[in-house]
Amino acid sequence: MSLQTTSVDSPSLSPAKDSPADQPHGAVLGGPGPQCEARQEADDAVPLSARAEIHEKVRNEPCILEIESFSLWYGPKQALFNVTMPIPEGKVTALIGPSGCGKSTLIRCINRMNDLIDSVRTEGDIRLRGNSILAPDVDVIQLRKRMGMVFQKPNPFPMSIFENVVYPLRIDGERNRRVLSEVCERSLRDAALWEEVKDRLKESGLRLSGGQQQRLCIARAIAGQPEVLLLDEPCSALDPIATAKIEDLIHQLRGEYTIVIVTHNMQQASRVSDYTAFMYLGRLVEYGPTEEIFTRPRLSETEAYITGRFG
Amino acid sequence: MTTPVLANRSDPTSSAPVGDSPPSPRSALRGTQSGASLMTRSESVVWLLGGALVICLAMIVGLLSLIVWQGLVTFWPRPVVLIRLADGQAVMGEVVREETAEARTETPPHDVQAQPARRLLLRVGNYELTQEHYRWVSDAQTDGQPAERPAWAVVFERMAWGRFYGFPKAFLIGDDTIAQTPAAVWAAFQKYHSQVRRQWRQRRRLEHDEAGEVNRLMEQARLRLKKFELEHGKDSPQWKAAHAEFETIQEALERRFARIRHDIETIDRWNSRYQLRVETADGRETTLLLKDIVRAYPANRLSWLDRWKIYGARWWEFVSAEPREANTEGGVFPAIWGTVVMTLLMTTAVVPFGVLAALYLREYAKPGLAVSAVRIAVNNLAGVPSIVFGVFGLGFFCYIIGASIDELLFAEKLPSPTFGTGGLLWASLTLALLTLPVVIVATEEALAAVPRSMREGSLGCGATQWQTIRRIVLPKAMPGILTGMILAMARGAGEVAPLMLVGAVKLAPELPVDRVFPYVHLQRSFMHLAFHIYDLGFQSPNSEAAKPMVFTTTLLLIAIIAALNLSAIAIRNRLQRKYEPGHF
Repeated sequence: MSLQTTSVDSPSLSPAKDSPADQPHGAVLGGPGPQCEARQEADDAVPLSARAEIHEKVRNEPCILEIESFSLWYGPKQALFNVTMPIPEGKVTALIGPSGCGKSTLIRCINRMNDLIDSVRTEGDIRLRGNSILAPDVDVIQLRKRMGMVFQKPNPFPMSIFENVVYPLRIDGERNRRVLSEVCERSLRDAALWEEVKDRLKESGLRLSGGQQQRLCIARAIAGQPEVLLLDEPCSALDPIATAKIEDLIHQLRGEYTIVIVTHNMQQASRVSDYTAFMYLGRLVEYGPTEEIFTRPRLSETEAYITGRFG
Repeated sequence: MTTPVLANRSDPTSSAPVGDSPPSPRSALRGTQSGASLMTRSESVVWLLGGALVICLAMIVGLLSLIVWQGLVTFWPRPVVLIRLADGQAVMGEVVREETAEARTETPPHDVQAQPARRLLLRVGNYELTQEHYRWVSDAQTDGQPAERPAWAVVFERMAWGRFYGFPKAFLIGDDTIAQTPAAVWAAFQKYHSQVRRQWRQRRRLEHDEAGEVNRLMEQARLRLKKFELEHGKDSPQWKAAHAEFETIQEALERRFARIRHDIETIDRWNSRYQLRVETADGRETTLLLKDIVRAYPANRLSWLDRWKIYGARWWEFVSAEPREANTEGGVFPAIWGTVVMTLLMTTAVVPFGVLAALYLREYAKPGLAVSAVRIAVNNLAGVPSIVFGVFGLGFFCYIIGASIDELLFAEKLPSPTFGTGGLLWASLTLALLTLPVVIVATEEALAAVPRSMREGSLGCGATQWQTIRRIVLPKAMPGILTGMILAMARGAGEVAPLMLVGAVKLAPELPVDRVFPYVHLQRSFMHLAFHIYDLGFQSPNSEAAKPMVFTTTLLLIAIIAALNLSAIAIRNRLQRKYEPGHF
C-alpha cells in the first residue's frame, strides 16, 4: 500500500468549475478496460469532472478521518477512483449517489470490512486522527472497535437483546454484570429503544420489528463508545415511520459521535447531515455543506442528480 | 380450487390466489370447460410427484408395519394344540405357521396330480426327546382329525433345550411326591417356582460376581508377578519377594473360591430336589428340574389377563435379561447396552471432529482447488462400502494403534491382547470415521446458511474471526449441526458390517460398563443389536425359533434409534425456539 503524501489542499482547492468537463478521463485515471466502458456510458448521460469539487467550508473543519487518493479494485474492476475526502469530527457526513457508485465500498473501507473480500486491492490512504489505518502493522480488530458500523439490513445476533447490545464488551471479556447493564441501558437510551424493550431484555433480538432491530444494531454499534459511527444505508429496509425514528436518532447523536451515513435517499441526506458528498461511478464529485449541495451545487452533475434528472 | 366458470371469466391474476397453487396464466386464460382438467393447468406433474411420494410412503409403511406386527406378536402366548396323526403318533405344540401348498401326490403310474393341501408348522419342542424343535404336519397325515386343545397342556420355557410341551404328572421334593393331579401339580409349581428361581439367581450371582471377582484378583496378582518378571528378570530377589506374596494371595483366593464353590453346591443340591414329572403327548415321561424352568403356563387355561401378564413378562425379560439358547431365547440387554454406549461414543467422537473440520473448510480455508478436492474426497468417503471402513479400523485401530498401546501399557498381559483386538473404542472410532462425511457436509451447509450480514455485524464490532465463529456462527448453525448429528447417529446405529471386524461379538461375557474400576471398559468386545439381528437370522442353529426374534430385535433397534433421534430432535427444537424470529 503506497502512502501517497499529496497534501489535501493542493489539487482540490482550485475551483472545480474551471476543470474542463470534457477532459478525457482515461488520461487522469488510467484505469483498465472494464471501467472505461462504464465511463463511456456515463459520458453519454452526464459529463464528469476529473477532480472532486470540495467546498472550502469542509476543509476548514477539524477532521477525524482523511481519505486520500484512495482507489479500490475488486479483482480487475476498479470501484473507487482516487477519492480524496476529509471527514469532519463530530459532524454528520452523508454519502449520496446512485446505486453502484461506490458509497458503500468507501464506507466499508473506513473500518476495513473490505478485507473480508479476497480480490480487493487498494491504493492511497485513509488516516484516522493522522494514523494510517491501512498500514500493515495496524490491528484491524482494534481499529474496528474504534468504529461502530450499522449495516443496510438489520442484523441482530441470535441472542437476547441484552447480549446483543453488550456484544462489543463481551468480546473484550467484560464480565461485570453492573458494567454490562449500565452500558446496555445507556446504549439503548441513546438508540431511543430503551423504553420499548426495557422489560424484555432477555428476549431474542430477532423478535423485534425491523425498525427496532435497526435501532438495536445502532445501540450495539455505540455500546463500545466508538469514535466514528458508520451507517451504511441504515433505513433502506425500513418503513417511513421507522426511518423517521432512525433519523431522529441521528439528530440526537450528532455532536457526540462523528457519523458517516450512506444513503441513496437525498431527502434523508438533506434532513440529517451537516455535510454531503456526492459520488458517481466510483468518484467523489462534489462535497460540501449539505445546505449548499442541495441549494447551490457547484457542479452540473450534482445538480442533475439532486434534481432527479438521473440516478 | 377455482371453479371452471370462475376461471373462465376472471383474468389470471384474480383467479390465482383462490387455488392452492396458482394456475399458470396461459391455462387460466384458455379456461377449459368442465372439470378444469389437471392437464390443462399444467398440474399433471403433481400426480407424478404425489405418486412418487405415495410409493415411497407405501414401501416404508409396509416395511415398518411388517416389522412392528411380527415383532409384537412374537411374545404373545399361543394356545397349544394336540394333533393325532393317522399313524397313531400324537403331536403337541404351538401352531407357528399355516400354509396352503401344492401337494404333489404321486399316484402310479407317474400320474402326478397337483392339489392344494394345507399344512401346519408346529413348534413341538422337547428337543432332548425328539431331536427336533419344529415339525410340519400336513392334512394328509392327520386324516382330517380335528386338533384338540387339551386343558392341561403346559408350556415350559427352559434354560436349555428350548421349550417343553407336556402334561404335568407329579411334583416331587426330594423323594416325596407331593402332588399327582395336574391341578395340584400346577399349584405346587406356582408355590415353589419363584422360591427356586430366587435361589437360582443367588447361585448365579455367586458364580458370576463373586467367583468372577476371585478370578479377577487372581489375574491381577499373576500380572503383578509377570511385571516383576519383565522388569527385574526371573529369579531376581524382587521377583522372589513378589512370588512369595503372590503365593499367599493365591492361597487366600483359593480358600475363598472353595467357599464360593461350596455355597453354590449347597444351593444346587437344595434346588435339585424340586422336580416335575411330565408326560409328553405320545406318552413318554420325563423329569424337569424346577431350577431349569424359566417360565411355565397352561396355555389353554389362560385368561386374557394372564396372557397379557405373560406377554409383558416376556418383553421385560427381552429388554432386561441376558440371552440364552444361542441368543434365540432370553433377552438382549447386553446388546441394547452395547448399541447405546457405542452410538453415544461414536457421536462424541464424530461430532467435534466433523464440526472442526467443517469449520476450517468453510470459515478459514481459502476457496480453491485444494478445498474443492477435500470436499469431493469427503463426499466420496460417504460412498465407500462400510466393510472397507471395518477393514481399515481393524488394520489401523486394532493392529497398529491398539497393539502399540498394548506394548506400552499392558505388556504383562501379552500375548493376549487388551486394546490390540476389536473392542468398543475401536468400533466407535471406526463408525465415527464412517459417519464423518455426514457430519461435515451437514455442518458445512449449516455454516453456509448463517447470513453474511451476521458475521459482518460481529466483525464490525471488532470481534476476531474466532469470536465471531464461537459466539455468532456456531450458535446459529447449531440446529443444522445437530441435524447432521442425528443423521450420523441413525447411520451409525444401524451399521453391522464394520462392527463384525472391530468388536461386535455374538455373546459378550461382560458389559462395557460395570462396577469394576475404571467402570468403562473401552477395550471390551460388546454385543450390538444390529449384529444380533444378523446373528439370529443367519447364524442361528435353530433358525425357525430365531426368526420371530429377528423381528422383535429389529423392532427394538428401530425403537432405540428413534428414541435417540427424538431426543436429539428435541434438543434441536429447543435451540431453534430459543431464538426464533417471532411473528415478524
